[in-house]
Amino acid sequence: MRVMGSETEYGIHAPSAPGANATMMSARIIQAYATVTRQRAAGGAETRWDYTDEEPLHDARGWTLDRAAADPSQLTDQPPVLDAEAVALAYGRQELELDGADESGSLLMNMVLGNGARLYVDHAHPEYSSPEVTNPRDAVAWDAAGDLVALATVRKVAADTSLPSINLYKNNTDNKSVSYGSHENYLMPRSVPFGDIIRGLTPFFVSRQVVCGAGRVGLGQDSSTPGYQISQRADFFEAEVGLETTIRRPIINTRDEPHATADKYRRLHVIIGDANLSQASNYLKFGTTAMVLSLIEAGQAPKIEVHEPVQALQTISHDTTLTATVRLLDGRRVSALDIQWMFYEAAAKLAQETGVADSLTGDGHTHDVLARWESTLTILGSDISAAASSVEWVAKRSLLDGYRNRDGLAWNDARLGLVDLQWSDIRPEKGLYYRLLSRNRMTRIVDDGLIARAVGEPPSDTRAYFRGRCVSRFGKDVVGASWDSVIFDVPGLGKLQRVPTREPLRGTEALTGALFERHQDAGSFLAELMGQNPPPVKS
Amino acid sequence: MAAQEQQQPQSRETETEVDVPEAPPTAPEAQASDATQGVDDLLDEIDGVLESNAEEFVRAFVQKGGQ
Repeated sequence: MRVMGSETEYGIHAPSAPGANATMMSARIIQAYATVTRQRAAGGAETRWDYTDEEPLHDARGWTLDRAAADPSQLTDQPPVLDAEAVALAYGRQELELDGADESGSLLMNMVLGNGARLYVDHAHPEYSSPEVTNPRDAVAWDAAGDLVALATVRKVAADTSLPSINLYKNNTDNKSVSYGSHENYLMPRSVPFGDIIRGLTPFFVSRQVVCGAGRVGLGQDSSTPGYQISQRADFFEAEVGLETTIRRPIINTRDEPHATADKYRRLHVIIGDANLSQASNYLKFGTTAMVLSLIEAGQAPKIEVHEPVQALQTISHDTTLTATVRLLDGRRVSALDIQWMFYEAAAKLAQETGVADSLTGDGHTHDVLARWESTLTILGSDISAAASSVEWVAKRSLLDGYRNRDGLAWNDARLGLVDLQWSDIRPEKGLYYRLLSRNRMTRIVDDGLIARAVGEPPSDTRAYFRGRCVSRFGKDVVGASWDSVIFDVPGLGKLQRVPTREPLRGTEALTGALFERHQDAGSFLAELMGQNPPPVKS
Repeated sequence: MAAQEQQQPQSRETETEVDVPEAPPTAPEAQASDATQGVDDLLDEIDGVLESNAEEFVRAFVQKGGQ
């Protein structure tokens, strides 16, 4: 359908060590995965990040923010530094020497994985950024694979009984005024005017939470008003459009780092979503957003404008009966479901015109997204509780209602807060979402086997295939990688070889699979790739 | 298909006149008794995996800012 990917910042907590430094704990998580992959991969530990093409201050509206004017948290193009002394103070020199640091004594904060993903310390959280995929089904699979990566790190840390164990949560707030993100990225042609994107997406983003909100106990950033709301993130949004992601969060984010051929593509960076464990919600989040981008590109997005969209976002999130209405600039009052139906109708019409939804000759995904979108909106419009197996905020609400009814708990009871938090614990024996999944109370979009394979294998149909295979086949000779490069340091070549991967749909298995098959070492692989040796003639 | 179409938004002209729809049931007591039994089993299981001392656990979950 479209090149897309996810980013998940996990909540991090060591119950036995309250107040432990979050950045340091996050580094331990990355370190733990490096240890796991070093044991797993013949090619050595998975590799480091290359910062060359990071441009966090480029604004899609056509300018670049001055570094001096930026919030320090926006400077994501510089590697964070934890020096050896800080590490030793926190964890003791023994662990540093045995398990972690490179020659300079600094901790590994940033890895590129064999599945093409990035795992790193982002501010004070561990973050998994999925490899690029081409459809919402794969987006769900490689996003869920990140949860298994996170699980592997938690297990590894727990195995060392001399240090406090660490829990990771796939949620977006601590309910004490702090939020952390779950982002989506979508590839778009640069020729689409950014103003069209803002107009087309704002009403969609205000309303899509009814399908993909993860649910939250408490209203307001600090959760001071008792209650339950649809979205984890809604109360943390304060602007309509902007470059920031950590302060004054905007509904439409303008960060313009294409991570690809810049005059051809833009990477739309979406920061408004909730982290989803429910596969059905996650699937619709990616699938419907991708379809709405197609509407915008075709000039066929519904021509509606929401009055005061930030307020509307929160009004919709705070109404779990789905009956609240928001005002459009043309004077109509509509519900979130009404807005979603308008986008559904337009998307179905466009898909009909282009043929992408044809069950035989279509793209193989749009048909299913439309069917699930339609049935979900229909259920939400008739009996909300019947959506508990698919829509995440309804599933969580159903569990909370079970407690409220059995034990007569008020919304500000700590046990409901704990159910909300522990819903997102990534350990299957502790995470309440996983308890429901194991009882087949939650819909699966992809089977467990595919998710398990996606931990180690890249998607076959994007440049993530090339990146991931380079890391897992030639890891010891790969000194760095990023979304649009892989850097080799091959013995005997004298200088670093940087292979650019600026076209997201090249570097696929179809284009490079045979190349990987033909070469056992990085030197001959690179030589053929760089055209120094012609490929052997097939007999 | 016909049933699904009935759920779709009404036309512009009638939109402004729509009454607030009846609130759907949100509590599990509306469900059949076998479903209630399933909920009871589920809650019993979850009682066993919830962290002890909910108040302290929730209070101690303090995060630093993120994106």
